[in-house]
Amino acid sequence: MDLLNINNLRIEFPSRHGTVIAVDDVTLTVQPGEVLGVVGESGAGKSTIGNAVIGLLEPPGEMTGGHVLLKSEQIDTLSPEAKRKIRGRRIGMIFQDPLTSLDPLQTIEQQLVETIDLHLKLGEKKSQERAVDLLRQVGIPDPENRIKNYPHQFSGGMRQRVVIALALCAEPEVIIADEPTTALDVSIQAQILELMRRLCKDKKVGMLIITHDMGVIADITDRVAVMYHGKLVEEGTTAKILGNPDHPYTQSLISAVPRPDVRLKRFPMVNYIEAESERPKNIDLSTHWLGRHRDFEAVDGPLLSLKNLVMTFVTRPAFLKRNRVSFNAVDDVSFDIAEGEVFGLVGESGSGKSTVARMICSLYKPAAGEVNFAGTDLTKIKSETERDYFRRQMQMIFQDPFSSLNGRMRVMDIIAEPIRFHKLATSNREVEQIVNDLLDHVGLGARASVRFPHEFSGGQRQRISIARALATRPRFLICDEPTSALDVSIQAQILNLLKDLQEELGLTMLFISHDLPVIRQMCDRVGVMKQGKLVEVSATEDLFERPTAAYTRELLDLMPRLDQLSHEGLEVVER
Amino acid sequence: MTENIQQIEKSRLERIFSSDIWYSFSRNPVAILSFIVTVGMILAAIFAPLIAPHDPFNLAAIDIMDASLPPAWQSFGDPKFLLGTDDQGRDILSTILYGARISLMVGFSSVIFSMVVGIALGLISGYVGGRTDAFIMRIADIQLSFPAILIALLIDGVARGIVPKELHADISIYVLIFAIGVSGWVQYARTVRGSTLVEKNKEYVQAARVIGIRPATILRRHILPNVMGPVMVIATIHLAIAIITEATLSFLGVGVPPTTPSLGTLIRIGNEYLFSGDWWITIFPGITLVVLVLAVNLLGDWMRDALNPKLR
Repeated sequence: MDLLNINNLRIEFPSRHGTVIAVDDVTLTVQPGEVLGVVGESGAGKSTIGNAVIGLLEPPGEMTGGHVLLKSEQIDTLSPEAKRKIRGRRIGMIFQDPLTSLDPLQTIEQQLVETIDLHLKLGEKKSQERAVDLLRQVGIPDPENRIKNYPHQFSGGMRQRVVIALALCAEPEVIIADEPTTALDVSIQAQILELMRRLCKDKKVGMLIITHDMGVIADITDRVAVMYHGKLVEEGTTAKILGNPDHPYTQSLISAVPRPDVRLKRFPMVNYIEAESERPKNIDLSTHWLGRHRDFEAVDGPLLSLKNLVMTFVTRPAFLKRNRVSFNAVDDVSFDIAEGEVFGLVGESGSGKSTVARMICSLYKPAAGEVNFAGTDLTKIKSETERDYFRRQMQMIFQDPFSSLNGRMRVMDIIAEPIRFHKLATSNREVEQIVNDLLDHVGLGARASVRFPHEFSGGQRQRISIARALATRPRFLICDEPTSALDVSIQAQILNLLKDLQEELGLTMLFISHDLPVIRQMCDRVGVMKQGKLVEVSATEDLFERPTAAYTRELLDLMPRLDQLSHEGLEVVER
Repeated sequence: MTENIQQIEKSRLERIFSSDIWYSFSRNPVAILSFIVTVGMILAAIFAPLIAPHDPFNLAAIDIMDASLPPAWQSFGDPKFLLGTDDQGRDILSTILYGARISLMVGFSSVIFSMVVGIALGLISGYVGGRTDAFIMRIADIQLSFPAILIALLIDGVARGIVPKELHADISIYVLIFAIGVSGWVQYARTVRGSTLVEKNKEYVQAARVIGIRPATILRRHILPNVMGPVMVIATIHLAIAIITEATLSFLGVGVPPTTPSLGTLIRIGNEYLFSGDWWITIFPGITLVVLVLAVNLLGDWMRDALNPKLR
């Protein structure tokens, strides 16, 4: 007998622009003690399935077909009151954000005991014992005392353990976990996944885990269901889906996952999602504006050279200087980037990598140190007009495609702004021609120019950002986490585009990311940052194969192992 | 190719009709009604010289024999004067139309004045930050600790003190606009400052800075259009407040002179005759004022809900 049955589920979201079919004819089963992964990109409908099972579909969404069976008993037709009794008692839930899943005004004990007593009717004394026991099971040290604490007294990882304990406390038969580790650091993610898997096996609980992360899928699931545009495109054992996928979408998804173990020339087969974003090769760069007038002075030595760079942020402002408290976000950082090189900067959030980038392009003024670009120390420049000459040579691509474009301007004006400001074209006609060519060149097509940013998807917006950065004809490009807000297949497309542009235009790049596999695909040399300090700089292959710093080894160990992934059709760069 | 581009580029009108704002508006009968009333009154005020049955300021046309006539539907009413006449024989309907003109003119002008000052100071305060920000915001705090009407009275008093007496009537309307305008800038400045603080840290502003765009241009081209939403809401609600403030000041006798009466002045004049039974002289301008302010307020409420529910 199946534990959980989802049969021909169909969920619709009516809106005034027409009905959106969020989930279309999806059938899934979960057995006791089994972990089923539901994977897909944003908007694929995977979370909607989870919400439908627990009867918490957000209005105006409604189930218009199929049914949900829990141990052969139909639960989607039950009254709201009966559904409420099933939630928590028979189906446990773990949500993405451990900060908001717990009531901040109640102690862990109050929340656990209340839930246990409500569902199991054990009485207060027994419930307390059980709560302590549960905390011990999820690996919280010293549970007898920690149970008296409030949620804010726990770290993010510990809090997610408490959430898991809360989901387990009524001995549910099924657990629905919606992106349970997305808000956590990599190191904690591995521990939490291990814990969830062990509990699942020990207690014979069936688990439905919803995620966009192939690393999570590879780590924890027995079987995988792949969703695409509301449809279930493929289902099978984890080894089969990762190692030998049948459906072209799954193949393209798997091939788009950045590998931690090998460096690829390009990501193949990534055109399934945005097929229209093929780049036409109709621009001859040797004669086109974009390729011409690269009138920068040649440099001997590195193009960019940072010397003992320090950045200080005030954490407690005060009127008098001596009362202010500050900390060094960047502390004595020095490295060189040669012309034509792609230099990676990697580190956890808060390690100061973005601050370094912002000092290079003069968004922040360094507290001490030198930023030498093409032989000139940028920190010594006083006049804005003098600085413009260097601004034109270096541009930046930002992380969040939804805030990096001004929503009140048309794409034409967004991309034309740098051209007009630096007077790189003589007439309006020429500016428009250049913008259209740039849009073509980044794979959007000139038609995009009259539209507004909100009419584009995240990946398309990032292409607009790239076109804007190219519009000053820079020689140096700073990419600050350019793909961390994007789905994995879109990420592969954008990384391909950046690789191509770097080769065609001979760009020098500073590539910032927290994602080591991405760094491996993109960079020639890598610097590792920790708490504002640079702990290691090595060639990429050396860093991954023979790390010298202990911290680098630690980071590498935490990378999800994706050994099972299919290598079919991949072109590996030989060392 | 060009054809394609034109197809995608929707006309401005089409964009308005397909927008969420229009959708919310067309579903809200209160908003539609208050919009019609507001626009109707504004049009009536603008075209007052064309639609008013009499010219209340043409002394040659006023006949003292028509003084204090009740509304047309009452006994002794004259069908020539629909809402009756005042103590000098002026048609009440016509004086209301002309009065609304003055009221709306003062309202709109002072709102625009507050808006310009408030937006400019708010943008500078939010973008520059530091001591400039602290200085501007402390001034705003100090001003907020006085009632707006007191500030308006103070400015009016000072202006009367330094301007020669014979010019009082000529400049009084400008003093009024200035007084009401100054008392209202704080709200704009605070809202714009808050939005600016949010916007200036967004990546599109940083992208503009990386390109080299100067702060003044960034403020005008990038930040200003993105902070205007809440400003439009405040401006609408402020318009109602400005009209009321003008009426209050005029009622107290420090507003516009009786030779060019606004709605407030009309109410004050009529008030003196209320107990002698000539209620229509003060009631009809009063109703007009209430309806106008209510309509504008309801419109502002709807706009706040549609554009930014957080402003509540």
